[in-house]
Amino acid sequence: MADKKSWGLGSKLRGMFSRTFVLSDDTWDDLESTLLAADFGPDVTDELIDAVRASVAKIPPLDENDFLRLLREVLEERLSRFDTTLNLKDRPAVVLVVGVNGVGKTTTIGKLAKFISTAGRSVVLGAADTFRAAAVDQLGTWAERAEVQIVRPQQEGQDPSSVAYQTVEFAVANGIDVAIVDTAGRLQTKSGLMDELGKIRRVIEKQSPIAEVLLVLDATTGQNGLVQAEAFLEHAGVTGLVLTKLDGSAKGGFVLAVQERTGIPVKLVGSGEGIGDLSGFSPVGFAAALVE
Amino acid sequence: MATFGTLSSRLTDALKGLRGKGKLTEADVDGTLREIRRAMLDADVSLNVVKSFQNAVRERALSDEISKALNPAQQVVQIVNDELVTILGGQQRRIEFAKKPPTVIMLAGLQGSGKTTLAGKLAKWLAKEKHTPLLVACDLQRPNAVTQLEVVAGNAGVAIYAPEPGNGKGNPVKVAKDSIKYATDKLYDVVIIDTAGRLGVDAELMKEAAEIRKATSPDEVLFVIDAMIGQDAVATAEAFQKGVDFTGVVLTKLDGDARGGAALSVVSATERPIMFASTGESLDDFEPFHPDRMASRILDLGDILTLIEQAQQTFDSAESAKVAEKIATETFTLEDFLEQMQQLKNMGSIKKMMSMLPGSGQMKAQLDNFDESEITRTEAIIRSMTPAERRNARLLNGSRRLRIANGSGVTVTDVNSLVNRFEQAAKMMKSVAQGKVPQVPGMGPIPGGIGGARPKPSKKKSSKSGNPAKRAAENAALGQRTTSGSGAGFGLGAALENPGGVGEMSAEELADMQKLLGGR
Repeated sequence: MADKKSWGLGSKLRGMFSRTFVLSDDTWDDLESTLLAADFGPDVTDELIDAVRASVAKIPPLDENDFLRLLREVLEERLSRFDTTLNLKDRPAVVLVVGVNGVGKTTTIGKLAKFISTAGRSVVLGAADTFRAAAVDQLGTWAERAEVQIVRPQQEGQDPSSVAYQTVEFAVANGIDVAIVDTAGRLQTKSGLMDELGKIRRVIEKQSPIAEVLLVLDATTGQNGLVQAEAFLEHAGVTGLVLTKLDGSAKGGFVLAVQERTGIPVKLVGSGEGIGDLSGFSPVGFAAALVE
Repeated sequence: MATFGTLSSRLTDALKGLRGKGKLTEADVDGTLREIRRAMLDADVSLNVVKSFQNAVRERALSDEISKALNPAQQVVQIVNDELVTILGGQQRRIEFAKKPPTVIMLAGLQGSGKTTLAGKLAKWLAKEKHTPLLVACDLQRPNAVTQLEVVAGNAGVAIYAPEPGNGKGNPVKVAKDSIKYATDKLYDVVIIDTAGRLGVDAELMKEAAEIRKATSPDEVLFVIDAMIGQDAVATAEAFQKGVDFTGVVLTKLDGDARGGAALSVVSATERPIMFASTGESLDDFEPFHPDRMASRILDLGDILTLIEQAQQTFDSAESAKVAEKIATETFTLEDFLEQMQQLKNMGSIKKMMSMLPGSGQMKAQLDNFDESEITRTEAIIRSMTPAERRNARLLNGSRRLRIANGSGVTVTDVNSLVNRFEQAAKMMKSVAQGKVPQVPGMGPIPGGIGGARPKPSKKKSSKSGNPAKRAAENAALGQRTTSGSGAGFGLGAALENPGGVGEMSAEELADMQKLLGGR
């Protein structure tokens, strides 16, 4: 990922020290602009700058690389406070995938299904997005690509909870390891739709505990990402975040605030439309990619 | 769903400090600008835009050109508003139709920005405007995007051209090119091309979009962007401008609570106008974008213009003239009252309308609790009356009221309070019709309607207790307010000094009107 130039902050940060290495006010201004441009948001940006200032006061950096290293350490330290492992120990491990419209839920599920089935575990997908036109077919195509099974709604516009129930039922009856349930995208402001998520949860829990509720966030999102996470945490009990579309020019800095404010760790990272473009979240790698 | 709600509340807060000060000092301006900067960054406005915005406001606030007629706080509000309007595009632009049909409209944007849904909305809107749109499925990339467009076309009741199955098969450039010939042959006058979503950094897909553009030479290329996007908005918009060069912008997902600073960023970075706004999941949640109105919405003055426009569309003008006359001649009856309420219901979600009113930032919570069934209940009561009773409310004696209460499943108290409210309404409307309203153009015919749309909690607050003496006092206060016109609706009159005067006036009037229907 580091080879994609546009993704890192490094090129911008290096511009600060184009001639001689002096920690002037301009340096701090540039650092602020750079962090703001990466969607960290004004509050976190201030905190990060204070933290870097504190480190600089303790150990004055020798050169540019040293300064960037300090920044990276500050970022790493704050990103790695959370456990990023995906918990799929239950059998069946039920994964519910939620998020606002157009963040890449269905695509993420396709990739995750492929990833898990490649690891030798059986997977069934539940097409509980019965709202958006052709969402079921879209998931069906991913199921084919990932070579996993899929539970489709029996009729058009079926209650998503019942599709979720049937998916888990299918997983239990056939001894399938992981059941991944897709849901329709919903804006966090639609209270009726948010309540529906609670219902889907309750219905699934009648048969099996839910192993993970993954909230998919789009890296291009700005500060609204935080509001999204808080709303979905409240209504769906989110246990992990998936950050998608990191292959673009957006840096997704807002996830730091999301992690810290809600305590939900980023667990997966999507970075492309290919079925293999999904990886676990590594705080060290993420910080390095931001800075390099 | 007050769009930009949080930005407006932050800006309102930022400007509050300026209220009541006699003179505008440099320190005042700088302090306020710091708040505005933070508010804008929080709202995802891109940093460069924030900086130039700050500079422009600062320069003007400290220069001498400012009007002596306004107090300092009003001046800053005015300047901020002017600058917002300038950035948002100054004035709106309509779609330019080709002289020789078909007009070709191409949609481009990031994945998940809502292109396919928007294609349906645009087509439906065009069909309503007496065009014959043709949807063209050129997103052959995303799994089943073609199927999705087919379903959308079916729902919108428009034609679709989808010769390729998609899912990676077929050549979108060829489909786009063929579609124009198809449209010409079949006499469709607008062609809407849905393309695959792509990232700004994806050179290959960007090239494909450019080729589609070249092959079809569209009259409009609309860049579809999600209102939730962050600082990346500028980079993305610039990449698309360089790649395909769009002619207009469509802002989607405005029904969320994203502050939508991207709107400011994109427009100022690309100097392309935002032409449409998409505000919900239904195919009808689509409207032309009004930069000037959006700017005043940011300042929490509400989008009263949009509200009026919507109300006028629903209100048949002959009908309202009749009502106005009836009001003026005191022949306004419960039947008219009922009719007005039904028209109000046609206007669509009341909540949606309410959120366009001034001060909706503060009212947001109340809006969420507002229960539209109140209107249904009132309707039920009126429907339980005989035609004679509807025409002459004086007929309603105790036994008739009991019959009505039983018939509509409410208590006699409810019937009583409705009758009281109606009488007040009739009185109130008469005074309105006699000249209070002209200050808000277009508001004349709809006083009862707006009144009915007031949120319930506040009704409760202002409504009568069981204590008759207290109620009488409240009614008296209401009457006084009506005549003096000095009431502060939701405390807004006081909190909101606005330069135009329009919002304030209507806030007061509406506060009065609110009482008329909502007395439960």
